Amino acid sequence: MTAQHSGAQDVVLRLTRITKRFGALTANDAISLTLHRGEVIALLGENGAGKTTLMNILFGQYTADEGTVDVFGQPLPPGNPRAALAAGLGMVHQHFTLADNLTVLENIQLGTSSLWRMGLGRAAARAKLAKLAADFGLGVDPDALVGSLAVGERQRVEILKALYRDARILILDEPTAVLTPQESEALFETLRRAVATGLSVIFISHKLHEVMSLSSRVLVLRHGRLVGAVATAETDRHALAAMMVGAEVSAPAVAAVTPGPALLTLRAVCTRDQGAAPGLKAVSFSLRAGQITGLAGVSGNGQSALSDLISGLENLTSGTLDLPAAPPKWTPRAAVAAGIARIPEDRHKTGTIADFSLTENAILETYSQPPYSRNGLMNWAAAEAHTRALIATYDVRCPGPTGPIRQLSGGNMQKLILGRVLERSPKIILANQPVRGLDIGAITYVHGRLLAARNAGAAVLLISEDLDEIMGLSDVIHVISEGRLSPEFRRGTLSAAELGLWMAGQGFSDAA
Amino acid sequence: MRLEPIANPGLGRRLGFPALALVATVVIASGLAALAGANPLQTLGLVIKGAAGSKFSLLETLNRATPLIFTGLAIAVAFRAKLWNIGAEAQLYGGAIVTVVLGTSVLSGMGAAALPIVGLAAMVAGAVILLGPVMLKTRFGVDEVVTTLLFNFIMLLLVSYLLEGPMKDPMGMGWPKSSPLEKDLRLPRIVTGLRLHWGFALGLIAAGLVWFVQSRTTLGYEMRAVGLNPQAARFAGIPVNLVLVKTALLSGGLAALAGFSEVAGLKGHLSLDLSPGFGYTGIIVAMLALLHPLGVVITAIFVAGIFVGADSMSRAAGVPTYIADMMLATALLLMVLAIGLTRFRVVRG
Repeated sequence: MTAQHSGAQDVVLRLTRITKRFGALTANDAISLTLHRGEVIALLGENGAGKTTLMNILFGQYTADEGTVDVFGQPLPPGNPRAALAAGLGMVHQHFTLADNLTVLENIQLGTSSLWRMGLGRAAARAKLAKLAADFGLGVDPDALVGSLAVGERQRVEILKALYRDARILILDEPTAVLTPQESEALFETLRRAVATGLSVIFISHKLHEVMSLSSRVLVLRHGRLVGAVATAETDRHALAAMMVGAEVSAPAVAAVTPGPALLTLRAVCTRDQGAAPGLKAVSFSLRAGQITGLAGVSGNGQSALSDLISGLENLTSGTLDLPAAPPKWTPRAAVAAGIARIPEDRHKTGTIADFSLTENAILETYSQPPYSRNGLMNWAAAEAHTRALIATYDVRCPGPTGPIRQLSGGNMQKLILGRVLERSPKIILANQPVRGLDIGAITYVHGRLLAARNAGAAVLLISEDLDEIMGLSDVIHVISEGRLSPEFRRGTLSAAELGLWMAGQGFSDAA
Repeated sequence: MRLEPIANPGLGRRLGFPALALVATVVIASGLAALAGANPLQTLGLVIKGAAGSKFSLLETLNRATPLIFTGLAIAVAFRAKLWNIGAEAQLYGGAIVTVVLGTSVLSGMGAAALPIVGLAAMVAGAVILLGPVMLKTRFGVDEVVTTLLFNFIMLLLVSYLLEGPMKDPMGMGWPKSSPLEKDLRLPRIVTGLRLHWGFALGLIAAGLVWFVQSRTTLGYEMRAVGLNPQAARFAGIPVNLVLVKTALLSGGLAALAGFSEVAGLKGHLSLDLSPGFGYTGIIVAMLALLHPLGVVITAIFVAGIFVGADSMSRAAGVPTYIADMMLATALLLMVLAIGLTRFRVVRG
């Protein structure tokens, strides 16, 4: 059936002037929205715009200071997750909430029936699951252990879990962050089918092209306020991006540069497997001066192994790693000394120490050298002066150099890390997911800095799961799949679909 | 009900809850004393009087605080780097054994000049005792909580063996204790005629030095980084294992000074009751001080005061002495709760 957006009886969810304050910060400022039967609305906004807070209020994790939530015409009692589930709300979190050591069926049943009766209802549950899977095109083996499933399959289990509980309103938080383009397309197909049967969907995303392809309406949040509500058909990506940040943004212009000599070369390098993630399998490539090398791939295919190797955390088991001045022992400190600027994948866990001040974080890699340390004594005045300079140069918005870095937003944290590594004018830059989780303003800034470094002659390795980022910035692209590296592709010679095939493991000479 | 963290707790919150904990401790402790047959209204007065009511009792409290300052510092240093040293008791006895061995034989002819050497040797002994568990941790990932804890029993048995065997005092009328130290090798009293010895002053100096190391030196920066986030520390190039080894050497050495100071300052000989659990109480002292080295001095005196005061109260009021242990436990639990409440607020729903 087609969506009727006029009749009040079609409204399945109505938020009225929801306001939530955390101290001085207003995370949600009088936000109202309605969701109709059979409709997909996209919730778009930068990090910290208030999307997660709004969804947490909806699910009873927070209690709103003002405003009401009505589901199917009934007011939803605030602060009660159980009531939200019972009312027909289903949420698929960005980070899955599945038990790896249970089967698909057990995961889906978990929490729906008493522990003592779980065995008895299994046959009925299996039948219900089979029907849902067929109806929505969500094929998955009910007896498979969740731990053995691929990421895309796990997400299907999450969706099935919500549907199993008779969810009529499905909320997906950044669902495509971990998927290949093909898997994303399959997800959208499922969602379209679900909507056709009368489900309603709220789709939270950063990615404008997904928002454009899936939703019928787009709501844009900025600084806790609803700044725009438009029909998708009447807008475009540029207008949405402008609404998100409050100003027109443009993709960076990348001028061609003649690449210089190879500054770092891997020859037939192998590394150990890292738990479930594969190590490198005979990987060879060079990072050249004045060139950004993009590494595309689905997460967990050897990116960490490569990144750890270049960071100095991991040693190779065979092959060679050539640097102009090779240190005797390969450690993180040796990598820093070799002029490698390392922007780690996880800025909270690896890049910074949350309870350290900005100053203490700014000197993490250089603390043992003058002027910060002499004869075993720290010179905090020098460290603080250096940090003040970084804050100014890299536009880090913060109360000052002495507060703990955990108070900073992701973007400002990343700017400090950029300053920490780029201030030393590095020859080689390893940027692992440098803009993951950042807002558009910060993304533009980080990309601009990486391009500037490349134009100044640095060799940049950009590891990302975001194809738009890889294709927009890279001079040459490699794809990594199960630890194997594809040949080098020059900018513009491969389409996103072709890259997707490589990411799925096709095209490699030893492909099974 | 759940806990919500408070970003910047106000001064009222930071002082109010600990004050409330003290009041609650007094009420509960008075109740316990009443159950044991004492007059509850007198309990608090008797404890305070016993801990600080006279010059004698005050010095007794400071004397009792001295080993706690050392073990508290040892724990604070180790825990700051997330090195879970539960074996301060073993390191204390290691320091005590070395003090007695050197002080009764090898260096006994040197006079007071040997004291610094004996102290340093004791520190080395404590450091070496902690080195084993730390090497096992960094090499093989063996949990140091288990190994350092087990070392306490090993050392106690070793001391027991030594006191029944090679180190037994031939003039000791059969008691399991060592020969006494030479008079010259006893730590002198700070003021002639009063019982407080230089071990207390040494404890204050050690606290100052530890504070300086942690806040002003490169090693202190490394130790804090490793404790707060070993993954980020390793990524940044900090040699995590080496830092843990250095931390262990410092921590073990500090704990051993407790043994040195008790033997050379107070007892004059080694016996099995040298430490009534100073190594374990040091954990309480360090935790109450939130691992701050200068805070350790204050909490060590506080804990010692409760011990000494409750002991004296139980004698004066005629109640069992284990009331002292119960009071300390009550104080500790409530204080930990209060410290938690300064940083989290309880939210309904």
